[in-house]
Amino acid sequence: MTAVIEFEAVGKRYVGVDSLRDLSFRIGEGEVLGLLGHNGAGKTTTMKLILGLIAPSAGRISVFGASPTGAEARALRQKLGYLPENVSFYEQLSGREVLTYFARLKRVPLRQIDGLLEKVGLTHAAGRRVKTYSKGMRQRLGLAQALLGAPRLLLLDEPTTGLDPAATRDFYAMVRELKDNGSTVILSSHVLPGIEPYIDRALILGRGRRLALGSIDELRTEAGLPLRVSARGDWRDTPTRWPAGVRPLAIGAERLELEVAPHAKMAALRQLAADSRTQDLELQAPTLENLYTHFSTRSEAAA
Amino acid sequence: MNAILTVAGKEFRDGLRNRWVLAIALVLGLLAVGIAYFGAAASGAVGFTSLSTTIVSLASLAVFLIPLIALMLAYDAVIGEQEQGTLLLLLTYPLSRTSLLLGKFLGHGLILATATVTGFGVAGLVISIGAEDIVLGELVRSLGLFILSAVLLGWVFVALAYLVSVLVSEKSRAAGLALVLWFLFVLVFDLVLLALLVGAGERIGREGLTYLLLLNPTECFRLLNLTGFPAAQTAAGVTSVAADGALRPAALLTSLLAWIAVPLALAVWRFRNRHA
Repeated sequence: MTAVIEFEAVGKRYVGVDSLRDLSFRIGEGEVLGLLGHNGAGKTTTMKLILGLIAPSAGRISVFGASPTGAEARALRQKLGYLPENVSFYEQLSGREVLTYFARLKRVPLRQIDGLLEKVGLTHAAGRRVKTYSKGMRQRLGLAQALLGAPRLLLLDEPTTGLDPAATRDFYAMVRELKDNGSTVILSSHVLPGIEPYIDRALILGRGRRLALGSIDELRTEAGLPLRVSARGDWRDTPTRWPAGVRPLAIGAERLELEVAPHAKMAALRQLAADSRTQDLELQAPTLENLYTHFSTRSEAAA
Repeated sequence: MNAILTVAGKEFRDGLRNRWVLAIALVLGLLAVGIAYFGAAASGAVGFTSLSTTIVSLASLAVFLIPLIALMLAYDAVIGEQEQGTLLLLLTYPLSRTSLLLGKFLGHGLILATATVTGFGVAGLVISIGAEDIVLGELVRSLGLFILSAVLLGWVFVALAYLVSVLVSEKSRAAGLALVLWFLFVLVFDLVLLALLVGAGERIGREGLTYLLLLNPTECFRLLNLTGFPAAQTAAGVTSVAADGALRPAALLTSLLAWIAVPLALAVWRFRNRHA
């Protein structure tokens, strides 16, 4: 897989503050990367570096094989789409006029505009001034703008802020479609359960450093967080001996809750399945949110 | 080049839409007709008077108004988009910062030129119809020069406004600094020059003072329009030190062009070398 983005020991220093330190990673074509971190963790800085809005103070960045601040930057930007956090537009122009302006600047055929407006569900409001748009409509206009010219690489900073659940679903369907067409997508979000099913890998940042990088499975292995197993049934009367790595959390008349270390998972499941009191089993692997909390609190404890 | 035209087109359409063009043209046109008609009121008569008096009065008024209008039009060109949040997005598009600034200059310049030409042009038409003993060729020539120099003066202050706009970090500061610039060039410079003339006039010499005038674009504009007429001698004030023709119109026009090019180049340079 060819690398679309390559960071090698990248650092970014603003006056006296390290915004990013020693960050290295590669993203391949058609990959969807979730960029996670607290406020000030370096997500927006990372995006700005990829866009070439700022230059790194240390290390090397390559996007489609070229430096984003180098001589080929302009050709590079033709292939990029960006949705900034809290996007804003020219209030006095209509939605269609805004898109026309940006399409001209990107040298994209103007006939794409109607399709994009329809795709983000703004056709009915295309002639209205942006001034009258709601937060969600502005966000959708921002998306349409980012999609101009079918970019090979999309950077979406908090793309679902202000979108209602239906619009959010449509948005992620669009991300999947883009991925299937071979585009690479980087998106940051605070709504971790929302993005979990759609990202291939997650890059977790904390205070400008890389805390973890990998697919959810890889992160689970790395974190070694216990699973939650709950079994329906009455478990109160007889004490049970559990295999090593299994810790009962709650024993009730209707439900048993266990915390199971990854290595003890199968042993615990076999025992529960064999037990006649088990009426039903539910297995809950650590979610992206659990993993995120794990990696970010671990780094804070270390600091 | 395409990007420059796109940006310029948007700025110009904005100018039409928010009525900047109309407002400037109206103000300038009404003032010009008013001055032409009431210009001789001091001598006890109303009605269109001599061309030289009209141009001289117009120039003294335009020297205050045009810089102010240009600064108001353009002071937020960059800082405004930055505060609005659209600058960040624009800079991720395939257009250079130079193109962005030049495009804006072209757009704002066109707004100012359209309004000035329309406003003063219509006024000229009214004068040519209303006034009796005016030689048409002379009117066209001197009004033409007046309009040309007024447009150039406007562009000078658009360029200066851009320099302000890329230097500051807040829109309100840009507005304040623009006013300071106006104050310095339009009011303070004259006073300083007058003080110099009185205090050290002999040491600097008449020629030295003449060249000092080139340091102020508004003086260049005044000189261009006043020196041609005898009536100017009384109305030109400090400027009259140079009124005997030490500075040819070509030199003055060149100076105005330099006053456009230098601040604009500085603004572009500063814009290219600063953080996003």
